[in-house]
Amino acid sequence: MKKQANAARRDFHTLGALILIFAALWIAQSAGALSYTARSMLIPVCCWCLMAISLNLTVGILGELSLGHAGFMSVGAFAGVSVCQLLRVWLGWSDLPALLLSLVAAALAAALVGLLIGLPVLRLRGDYLAIVTLAFGQIIMSVLGNLYFGLSDGSPVFSLIRPISYGESKVEIIRGPTGMTNLPKLTTFPLAFVVLLLCLIVIFNLIRSRTGRAIMALRDNRIAAESIGINVTANKLLVFSLSAAMAGMAGVLYTFNQGTVTASKFDYNQSIMVLVFVVLGGLGSMRGSLIAAALLTILSTLLNEFSSYRMLIYALVLIAVMLLTNNEAAKRRLASLIPRRKAVPLGERGKGGKENG
Amino acid sequence: MDRIVPVPSRNLMPERDLYKAPVLECINLGISFGGLKAVEDFNIALGPTEISGLIGPNGAGKTTVFNLLTKVYQPTTGTILLNGKDTHAMDTAAVSRAGIARTFQNIRLFGSLTVEENITVALNRQFSYSTLSGILRTPKFRREEKAAHERALELLSIFGMESLADVKAGSLPYGAQRRLEITRALATEPKVLLLDEPAAGMNPSETAELMENIRCIRDRFQIAVLLIEHDMNLVMNICEVIGVLNFGRIIAKGTPAQIQANPAVIEAYLGKGKEGKDENDSKN
Repeated sequence: MKKQANAARRDFHTLGALILIFAALWIAQSAGALSYTARSMLIPVCCWCLMAISLNLTVGILGELSLGHAGFMSVGAFAGVSVCQLLRVWLGWSDLPALLLSLVAAALAAALVGLLIGLPVLRLRGDYLAIVTLAFGQIIMSVLGNLYFGLSDGSPVFSLIRPISYGESKVEIIRGPTGMTNLPKLTTFPLAFVVLLLCLIVIFNLIRSRTGRAIMALRDNRIAAESIGINVTANKLLVFSLSAAMAGMAGVLYTFNQGTVTASKFDYNQSIMVLVFVVLGGLGSMRGSLIAAALLTILSTLLNEFSSYRMLIYALVLIAVMLLTNNEAAKRRLASLIPRRKAVPLGERGKGGKENG
Repeated sequence: MDRIVPVPSRNLMPERDLYKAPVLECINLGISFGGLKAVEDFNIALGPTEISGLIGPNGAGKTTVFNLLTKVYQPTTGTILLNGKDTHAMDTAAVSRAGIARTFQNIRLFGSLTVEENITVALNRQFSYSTLSGILRTPKFRREEKAAHERALELLSIFGMESLADVKAGSLPYGAQRRLEITRALATEPKVLLLDEPAAGMNPSETAELMENIRCIRDRFQIAVLLIEHDMNLVMNICEVIGVLNFGRIIAKGTPAQIQANPAVIEAYLGKGKEGKDENDSKN
């Protein structure tokens, strides 16, 4: 069981490192040693890390391409925030219990939507899931962008497309294209971190259980997996909904940090961005996803000062990292370049790398 | 196990322990792809501990028969009875759970999983812990995982592969991959084991060892083995009965001696030469 023990130890190291980083940041934050920019990045980084590991579960472990992961984030955000606001304003709950329950609600809502999408699509083979999730992301954006929800005279009202005519006392929660505004900043860094950590533990334990093995077997060879009695649809649905549920929770945490969020925030670009985290970090590698998500979120924030050149630089960095980490020839070239500071001619890169490395 | 087929079997592959009622029976099994009848009127019955062979020229429909038995293809005609029960409504996974395990002509392992995981994943059905208790790491999870680990090593010891338990299956040498695939099939606790060209690509000494192993497996697990093979030496040596398939139809059934003497077989498959030397023999 050496290998399995090794894999378990690797998971353990990842969790340990994560906790250490959190502790350091938390202490620094409490001591006021972090700049404003750094502080403002803590929670978004947790959220995008959570998005990355949850998408990695679908893409890397289950082996199904999903292009609408931001859609689940948005479903979770809108469902969770609505629940939380209702609990707080209508029923007078205090912040933390309301937020915790809204996380559960967000997870359930996103998982349910994931189940509904997955039920027809995961039975098919090939790229159907990618196509359908892509469409789903756009549809959910349009629907939520035209949804109005609030409390009028103490009772909840909701409407699609047409704004609500409120009564005497009103609490607006979702305001169509304007989205959700003026939300209290309920998400705290420790809370976001704990949710991320718990989800990571769930994923690690899932992978090292019989369900996880069944899923990875399906990914590696569907026909063989079926031939040993693995139920394809049930296993795929389970993991896909779990992945959606985690994205839903990330949505709530993210929204209660931003304070204002519109449905169009969770568009195609966000889904692709999360997919970039996953691919860059390595399919199936949770540790890679965490690192890629954290670094790229930080990079993208730091690049804000370059305003219009931001995406250009971002893209260049992505291409460079992809080349350097995923391309053997490029890696060898890099290895041969650094110690001698001299380029190896293109034609000789195969041999050159070995000699110098 | 003691379910007796109500009607006396019309078929005929095994004579050896048919009196026990066949474990697997195909009646008029057939499939057509468009206008092409890939398999037609396929009738066999396998005794519970029989080693039988399915031979025939390339393209005769041998692998198609395996795909029909495991429901990778749905038969267009005919019935498959497993222990007297019709498998009509079952899909591939259900057939596996009902007791038919197979290997593939082009090896299909779970390449990114370890050798041990390839076996434990096939043991899935024998655990009962839920996904949730897997996530929560309950005592039941630990107990069953430990049992699975021990069972996997035990199964791997059939081919002496315990030391390879932690190697990624994809990086195993060819022969070991074939053996692992057989072990994985056995892990599902089948009643019938279908082997699709188990000796393909093996050298004569490996083939000899494989023959011995197939016999051992039958004796130890008390299961029926049906194998497709081009290596005539292996087929004639270990199969108690042989069916010959040509153009989707069974043209002869019988013991190795009968098959070797059958003029139809010699004509259709072995050629017109006197000695039954197999031209498709892949070893060299």
